[in-house]
Amino acid sequence: MLSLYLRDLRLAGRAGSGSLTGALFFLAVVAVIPFGVGPDLNLLARIGPAILWIGALLASLLGLDRLFQADSEDGSLDLMLMADSRHMLALTVLSKCLAHWTTSVLPLVVISPLLGLFMNLPPVGLAAVTLTLLVGTPAITFIGAVGSALTVALPRGGLLVSVLILPLTVPVLVFGVAAARGAVADPDPFLPPFLILVALTIFFAVIGPFAAALALRNAD
Amino acid sequence: MIAGCGDSKYLQAVSGRTIYNDMSDTVKKTSGIMAFANPTRFLALTDTLLPWLMGGAVLLLAVGFYMAFTAPEDYQQGITVRIMYIHVPFAWLSMFCYTMMALSALGTLVWKHPLADVSLKAAAPIGATFTALALITGSIWGKPMWGTWWVWDARLTSVFVLFLMYLGIIALTRALDDQGRSARAAAILTLVGFINIPIIKFSVDWWNTLHQPASVLRLDGPTIHSSMLWPLLICAIGFTLFFSGLHVMAMRAEIWRRRVITMRKLSARKAEG
Repeated sequence: MLSLYLRDLRLAGRAGSGSLTGALFFLAVVAVIPFGVGPDLNLLARIGPAILWIGALLASLLGLDRLFQADSEDGSLDLMLMADSRHMLALTVLSKCLAHWTTSVLPLVVISPLLGLFMNLPPVGLAAVTLTLLVGTPAITFIGAVGSALTVALPRGGLLVSVLILPLTVPVLVFGVAAARGAVADPDPFLPPFLILVALTIFFAVIGPFAAALALRNAD
Repeated sequence: MIAGCGDSKYLQAVSGRTIYNDMSDTVKKTSGIMAFANPTRFLALTDTLLPWLMGGAVLLLAVGFYMAFTAPEDYQQGITVRIMYIHVPFAWLSMFCYTMMALSALGTLVWKHPLADVSLKAAAPIGATFTALALITGSIWGKPMWGTWWVWDARLTSVFVLFLMYLGIIALTRALDDQGRSARAAAILTLVGFINIPIIKFSVDWWNTLHQPASVLRLDGPTIHSSMLWPLLICAIGFTLFFSGLHVMAMRAEIWRRRVITMRKLSARKAEG
């Protein structure tokens, strides 16, 4: 598991893997929003957590179709499928998900406080958005692994992956934004939605890899 | 089936790796729930069942509509309350259909029931249509009642998400060309979605109470009077029968479609020599 994780990290570190494109996309999306809604700082501060969350959600969907496709193209996916008796496939998928999250989603989380400054968020809000993104985005990756595994055989599955899993990510978005908003706005609670967000991530960490493993075996 | 019985063994041989591609004429000796697994037996059974389903649906819907139009009007909503008699069955069926698809998905993945995947594939567009109709009738009802076509109410939003999930499943079944593979992929997606539905519902409820003051939707206050309940129930049963009829028809069409594809492959193989 660990060696696979490190291998995926190294692969992503090489040129041409495009894992930082997601972060650029995130930056671009967030930069475009003020042009749409106007430069009113009060308004931006109010919808800032939502913008950051939606931007991060879209950006993390962007690279998902490559989660298994590169391995499928060079044949290493077949090896992982055959090694099922020694390394449980769901665990293999889990470590691939973690590697993918580290390389293409963690940068989003890291730059989100900076983008939060653009949105005129108070320091507490910055911390809350970063924390909720840190906790919540793995759930998106785990759900996305299912969509990615289902469409691994398709030459152009990228758009389909997004269509398939966006409805399923609604709960993550709802509780992520609710917790981030709860930290800023006074009457709304922070802890309950945050804990539910943690629960969602843990839940999908189980469901996602198992369903993705099933889908990968099917695609073989 | 158009070809003779002698072809069927040949059909099985060429028709591919999975049992899903099969749909051939041979009657296997099976028992229990798998007794209905044979497409030919299914076709024969539905031949007799289908007129009853559709006849019952037409009859019940006629009675239901008649009762709905003679039922008293609501003291607040006037005549628009009659939309309820189609709107509620549609909304109910949209969930019924998804539950049935999830069961079919289990049938595909666990028991490898060859008709389960036909059932899943046939049900998805019908379910999507019913969900869309529920949304449309709801918004037609909402315009005079709430003064707007759409509110981001918890129930509306979750039905809308359900609609998106239907479309995703349909897109996935259309995207893969191998039947067995597309069947299992759709089954996995359906099951993951089914696990997710309660979570989505819960999260949307949470989101709604957080965002929206409870001012728009206070229609469900009084319990429904029996003069309205009976036509509603009859309409609901009628639409359920109608749905089952449509579903069976779509499954039959799908089976015949697969047989035609198999025959085409067969004749192409023969032509090659």
